[in-house]
Amino acid sequence: MSVPYKFGQMFIAIGAFVAVMGVVLFLADRVRSRKGEVVQTVVFVLPATLMIAFGLLYPGLRTIYESFKDASAQKFVGFDNYKTIFTSEDQITVLRNTAIWVIVTPVLATLIGLVYAVLIDKAKIEKFAKALIFLPMAISLVGASLIWKFVYDYKATENQQIGLANQVLKWLGLDTYRFLLTEPWNTIFLIVIMIWVQAGFAMTVLSASIKAIPDDIVEAARLDGVSGMRMFRYITVPSIRPSLIVVLTTISIATLKVFDIVRTATGGNFNTSVLAYEFYRQSFVSFNNGLGAALAVMLFILVTPIVVYNIRQMRKLEAR
Amino acid sequence: MATVTFDKATRLFPGAERPAVDALDIEIGDGEFLVLVGPSGCGKSTSLRMLAGLEDVNGGSIRIGDRDVTNLAPKDRDIAMVFQNYALYPHMTVGENMGFALKIAGEPKEKIRERVAEAAKILDLEQYVDRKPKALSGGQRQRVAMGRAIVRSPQVFLMDEPLSNLDAKLRVQTRSQIAALQRRLGVTTVYVTHDQVEAMTMGDRVAVLKDGILQQVDTPRNMYDNPVNVFVAGFIGSPAMNLLQVDATGGTMHFGGAEVPIPRETAEVADKAGRKITVGVRPEDMDIVAEGQGLKTTVNLVEELGADAYVYGTADVDGKPYDVIARVDGRKPPEKGQSVNFAPKQGHIHLFSTESGERLKA
Repeated sequence: MSVPYKFGQMFIAIGAFVAVMGVVLFLADRVRSRKGEVVQTVVFVLPATLMIAFGLLYPGLRTIYESFKDASAQKFVGFDNYKTIFTSEDQITVLRNTAIWVIVTPVLATLIGLVYAVLIDKAKIEKFAKALIFLPMAISLVGASLIWKFVYDYKATENQQIGLANQVLKWLGLDTYRFLLTEPWNTIFLIVIMIWVQAGFAMTVLSASIKAIPDDIVEAARLDGVSGMRMFRYITVPSIRPSLIVVLTTISIATLKVFDIVRTATGGNFNTSVLAYEFYRQSFVSFNNGLGAALAVMLFILVTPIVVYNIRQMRKLEAR
Repeated sequence: MATVTFDKATRLFPGAERPAVDALDIEIGDGEFLVLVGPSGCGKSTSLRMLAGLEDVNGGSIRIGDRDVTNLAPKDRDIAMVFQNYALYPHMTVGENMGFALKIAGEPKEKIRERVAEAAKILDLEQYVDRKPKALSGGQRQRVAMGRAIVRSPQVFLMDEPLSNLDAKLRVQTRSQIAALQRRLGVTTVYVTHDQVEAMTMGDRVAVLKDGILQQVDTPRNMYDNPVNVFVAGFIGSPAMNLLQVDATGGTMHFGGAEVPIPRETAEVADKAGRKITVGVRPEDMDIVAEGQGLKTTVNLVEELGADAYVYGTADVDGKPYDVIARVDGRKPPEKGQSVNFAPKQGHIHLFSTESGERLKA
């Protein structure tokens, strides 16, 4: 199938969708009786509801159902898959890695973003400095991982280096290091990639929040004798606390679901696998359907409370 | 307790052609309540912020007592400021807000609690000490802002339009409370407002600014009786003074049909200005006289206040219409559309040079 052919199909599909919706909405609008409002509401809500039902609800329930079945989804095994997650050595490593990711990434990314935002606030090069740290956000995680794979590239010390990190080690007179192979630090080096991407997000949100602190409060604090670190601790951080929480939780959610970095940089080898990657590997590489589904459910259970908390905080932020 | 001295203090904002505050010279006595007043953009807030250390001083100096504070950091000036929007810390309780400066200064907790309790008692805030500012009304927030200043027992209080966010009734009430409190504590206070009624009722002395230049510093009484120029004359007093450009020939000023003799040196200035002079008469100094003996005025509006009535009218001087305001007896005010003649009470006219606006001898 050629590219123009595919484009043609796409336009026909979009056109058909618009036409069908147009007809439906037109008909709904014609219903002038008392029921009209009900009909119109249903017409607007139904497509979205159906899409969520088919795309999210059904697969979700199905995944939970299958997590209680064996590898080939033939017979029920009760909680065996979940038992495996908490007892098999490989799976415990996955849980350990996921825990390290979720604890280290949000904290470091937010901290770096916050310190950076405070340092460049009202500086002459603020716009440039912001663009610099925000740019990684524009790169896909796969692209970012490829870039960092080159940075981490390993060659024996005596050879010519193509990886920046090892070249720096060589300049310092140290031996080169297998960044992506050596446990347990390789997980940390993968996390660096995520932080590189997420710090820009943290910086942007927190910078806007810092700018929203009223000038007179900062001035009142200066008159009260606060400056430097104490301004940061007593005025800046408490004032942006709601944004800080939103940033922390948003990055936590993204981190729990991290897949691309692990897939691209190490393929989950050398004990770097995490939940989101492991469930893909079990389902589609090892064809262990049941365990894959159970891992997906685990991920869901871990993400849900953070999402709920995040949404609550955002509502609070809007209400202020 | 201390005096405050502005010595040719100047603030030029980067990129501006004219200084926002131009060589300001004021001496404020120990324990005095000085009000800076003027129209918006006159530099009154900038002057206050220069004293607070929130604004750089580009020329001259500022002293508190004998200390030159021109280049000191705000925290080292021993001052406390009340902001227009109160600037309370939203994440701290009322008590924490008031005690924050002491906490930063490393005072013992016991002492902070004592001082906060004391201030809360003075300001009637005792039951709100554990609340957050957002759970308070505007008036209560204003008192917390005052409390934050009092707790520090500074050498100087600075207040930047602290009443402008209150409703009219509360403003009048709080006005007298602040003035009474200041007298009780005896702390030197610099107070900024655009409201000349506030200035006249609160200040020991009032300083009028315009375009960054100090016009006059005086007690409210003197300011009212002897304004140094046309601007001060028109700014101080409510309703405003009537200011008209009239003919002055041969030692006589013509106020419509009324003829008022003027001193010779004043007449000389008038002669140079094409025999014109600016005359000012306060509304309460306007008398109704018989036809032909005063300024003929058409009444546009009568405001009856019970005891008095204010007449708002239009008078014609040399073909130019002027707005005229007069206070008359409330029991028999003229009616709308009627023609009335006004003449100034003897000895109650203000004369100003038409060219420079400076006060002339009457």
